[in-house]
Amino acid sequence: MLVSSPQQLPLDSDVEVDDSTAAGRFEVAVHLRPSSLGLVALGGAVGTAARYLLSAAYPAIDGLPVTTFGINLMGAFLLGVLLESLSRRGSDAGRRRALRLLLGTGVMGGFTTYSALSVDTVTLLGAGRILEGILYALGTVVLGALASIGGIALSSWLHTRRRRMPAS
Amino acid sequence: MNPVMLAIAVAVCGGAGAVARFVLDGVIRSRTSVRYPVGTTVINISGSLLLGLVTGLALGAVISSDVRLILGTGLLGGYTTFSTASFETVRLVQGRRYGAALLNGVGMLVVAVAAAAGGFALATLMGCS
Repeated sequence: MLVSSPQQLPLDSDVEVDDSTAAGRFEVAVHLRPSSLGLVALGGAVGTAARYLLSAAYPAIDGLPVTTFGINLMGAFLLGVLLESLSRRGSDAGRRRALRLLLGTGVMGGFTTYSALSVDTVTLLGAGRILEGILYALGTVVLGALASIGGIALSSWLHTRRRRMPAS
Repeated sequence: MNPVMLAIAVAVCGGAGAVARFVLDGVIRSRTSVRYPVGTTVINISGSLLLGLVTGLALGAVISSDVRLILGTGLLGGYTTFSTASFETVRLVQGRRYGAALLNGVGMLVVAVAAAAGGFALATLMGCS
């Protein structure tokens, strides 16, 4: 199921594989380049706006943050699709890196949230809703991991299928 | 604040939070050599603590609900991230590092929830809620 090669991508989606000093010239680290910061800021604003609007339109039901739950699972799935797809198209450079920073670090990073997960869990636990709190927190993490795996698997399946199809 | 301005403020602060995450993660990465997503862990735990504090302050009516949305939903929501944490856990599983994957999945969750509770406690100590 997990068919990508881990060495192609760094462990962390935000690291650079080839911050190349190959040419021997000094390069500013990617996390300090204005163009990178601009892409992350733009994407982060869009992702956060989407989460805010969705949360406002579909508030928690009986104290259960169903919208945050759905957003985090959806974001985990989409980030898996994105990063697997980019890594299969080539090295993390140029347009692919720009897309990763804009859509991955920015949009998906801003769309999903960990702090709301923690705080909503504390609120449930503090209200004595122990089982619901534990189920919400663990359920998000476990299903989130499965969603990431699903996104990676879908992307790799699509990629393989495309390569098998004759060029037309 | 009118709803449109509020939404814009939330979005702009979300962008700022995402930049803070990106820069802090890069700085942590450049100063550590461990093959473990320390950056995202530090970000999600510190963000959880701060959101606990902001939520506690709002419950105690020290800050308005608009400020809570801008700082909490916007800045801290953009700063912390679930998708990257989840992806990194799967990467650790792919590398057959099951202990590290469990730590990154469940360990981060337990510490982040404790940090959020600490944030609420801090707000109470400050005489609110």
